Amino acid sequence: MKKFVVRRIGYSVLSLLLLSLTIFFFVRVTGDPAVLLAEPGASAEDLRIIREQFGLDRPLWIQYGAFMENLLKGDFGKSFYYRTPVLELYLSRLPHSLLLAGAAMVFSLLIGIPTGIIAAVRVNRWWDSIGKVFALLGLSLPSFWVGLLLILFFSVYLEWLPSSGAGTAWHVIMPAFALGWYFAAAHMRLTRSSMLEVLGSEYVKLARLKGLPEALVIAKHAFKNALIPVLTLAGINLVIMVNVAVVVETVFAWPGVGRLLFEGISFRDFPVVQATVILGGAMIIVVNLVVDILYAVIDPRIRLER
Amino acid sequence: MTRPLLEVEDLRTYYFGDRGRRVTKAVDGVSLTLAAGETLGIVGESGSGKTTLALSLLRLLPPAARIVGGAIRFEGEDLLTKSDGEMRRIRGKRIAMILQDPMASLNPLFTVGDQVAEPIRVHEGADRRAARERARELLRSVKIAAPELRVREYPHQMSGGMRQRIVGAIAISCDPRLLIADEPTTSLDLTIQAQYLGLLRELQRRHRLTLIFVTHNLGIVARMCDRVAVMYAGRVVETGPTKAIFDAAAHPYTKALIESIPKLSGARGRLTAIDGQPPDPAALPAGCAFHPRCPKVFERCRQEAPPELPAGEAHAARCWLLPPA
Ligand SMILES: Nc1ncnc2c1ncn2[C@@H]1O[C@H](COP(=O)(O)OP(=O)(O)O)[C@@H](O)[C@H]1O
Ligand code: SF4
Ligand SMILES: [Mg+2]
Repeated sequence: MKKFVVRRIGYSVLSLLLLSLTIFFFVRVTGDPAVLLAEPGASAEDLRIIREQFGLDRPLWIQYGAFMENLLKGDFGKSFYYRTPVLELYLSRLPHSLLLAGAAMVFSLLIGIPTGIIAAVRVNRWWDSIGKVFALLGLSLPSFWVGLLLILFFSVYLEWLPSSGAGTAWHVIMPAFALGWYFAAAHMRLTRSSMLEVLGSEYVKLARLKGLPEALVIAKHAFKNALIPVLTLAGINLVIMVNVAVVVETVFAWPGVGRLLFEGISFRDFPVVQATVILGGAMIIVVNLVVDILYAVIDPRIRLER
Repeated sequence: MTRPLLEVEDLRTYYFGDRGRRVTKAVDGVSLTLAAGETLGIVGESGSGKTTLALSLLRLLPPAARIVGGAIRFEGEDLLTKSDGEMRRIRGKRIAMILQDPMASLNPLFTVGDQVAEPIRVHEGADRRAARERARELLRSVKIAAPELRVREYPHQMSGGMRQRIVGAIAISCDPRLLIADEPTTSLDLTIQAQYLGLLRELQRRHRLTLIFVTHNLGIVARMCDRVAVMYAGRVVETGPTKAIFDAAAHPYTKALIESIPKLSGARGRLTAIDGQPPDPAALPAGCAFHPRCPKVFERCRQEAPPELPAGEAHAARCWLLPPA
């Protein structure tokens, strides 16, 4: 168990290191930020001064070394564009992302769990088939496309909902729907398979042998057990939602960390891009680590391994 | 003679797989009669259709299975024409069943007290408090110590033997007329097994239960049952009083089963020592299904399936060796 945890933490640290390395060099391939930061018609000398100011004139590996040194002290650097510490910027955007992810999660569970249960209870009937089509659509339709359709219908055609920005409850509806769509399908699929497994269990058979009404068998004996893996997945997905909302936040101009990343890329604001990618990656890696360790604690086959 | 408690007539339960192209005749023309208070043992190798038969009586089959023919009469009522709601009121109330695996048959997320009280609440409309009180009594009657503490515990806090007794308490909670026990002791170790069988006998006496005891252990049958039905490939190949079966088995399969009981510890006999493979019920041999493994096989066995022929007082078998009726 100890060995497992140590090894698992080692892998996590290694993944983070690789991620930081990759994003550091990749972001520098996107072009020269000085061109975007300087006044229009700036001279070569002006550009050189800007590069020098941000340390971009030094050799790449020296830049990486300085970056990593600061990172270990918890300093992500300053934004080229806003000239404020990136971490502050990130933390000011995070609540918006959490709100959006929370709303998308509620939506995905409200859709995914009941449809998954119906599909399992009516397995291989037409309800189940509709569910399968829905799951396929949910998993394959890109979120920007769903987002644009929503805007076209509810903002442009019906004029019911604001197409962009944040502030009121109305603003969160469409982005939450666009972001939650994929996860609703994923949660439905897992609810269905988990429910099917539980419905075939001996304790459900015994519940039926007792003469309990079928509704009670499903709502009490099957549902609670089937929910455990779904809620585990939902916990992981919540963290993922915070960090993969780039496209949705951009389409709806939602001021979260996803949009911050998009802005960072458009302005070649290297510190912003590095910070959002590394922090997002770290969140996902940590959540996976915690879940793996929790599973190991539950599963004696892993727990007892030395 | 009074009306039997249970009459099963030419019951057929098939599994349909592969969109109906694969048919497994798990129960294929079974007839049984059971008088009130009697104990019937159903024996046979694994896969002979015992569980399918038991579940058919309660009409609680897996989705792939369907009862395609026959009749089941319980206390004079035809169970096959009952609605789902009527069947539900029979299950757990008038016919109860004990499943094989005590570890898996209790729900891990609810307390033992809750699970024992459930049938009482559903069938008798008892309120929570009264049902709790009955649950404590039931646990006491299956010899669980400190029931007032145990009712609040969860299944994982108890041993396998205790869980099996809790499943027993659930089965008798509404005073059923008929109790079906499907290999109730297979997963228990030997001393616990013996204790549990003793408990079942005591419950049977106290509640005047009629018992169907499904097992592949002939030693248990000899101790527990008044009558035996031997199943092979979905059919009852021999049936009769326990003594007659053990003294003068008529069917070669039954004889092989009895010979396979280890002589020293009768209670241990497992049906594994018969030569040849158990048949695949999805592709049964023509004629007598036992003929590929039968030491006495002759020409007619390969062509025609034997009918049930009398072999003594209330004793019959499906074998061509018996003289025609
Ligand atoms: N859910 C199922 N689907 C298809 N076939 C089944 C299913 N359950 C049992 N069978 C088949 O029915 C036959 C009888 O099984 P079962 O009643 O469990 O026998 P036993 O209880 O005597 O071991 C077996 O050959 C098995 O393959
Ligand atoms: S009918 Fe023939 S094959 Fe079948 S049990 Fe009797 S002797 Fe054996
Ligand atoms: Mg069985």
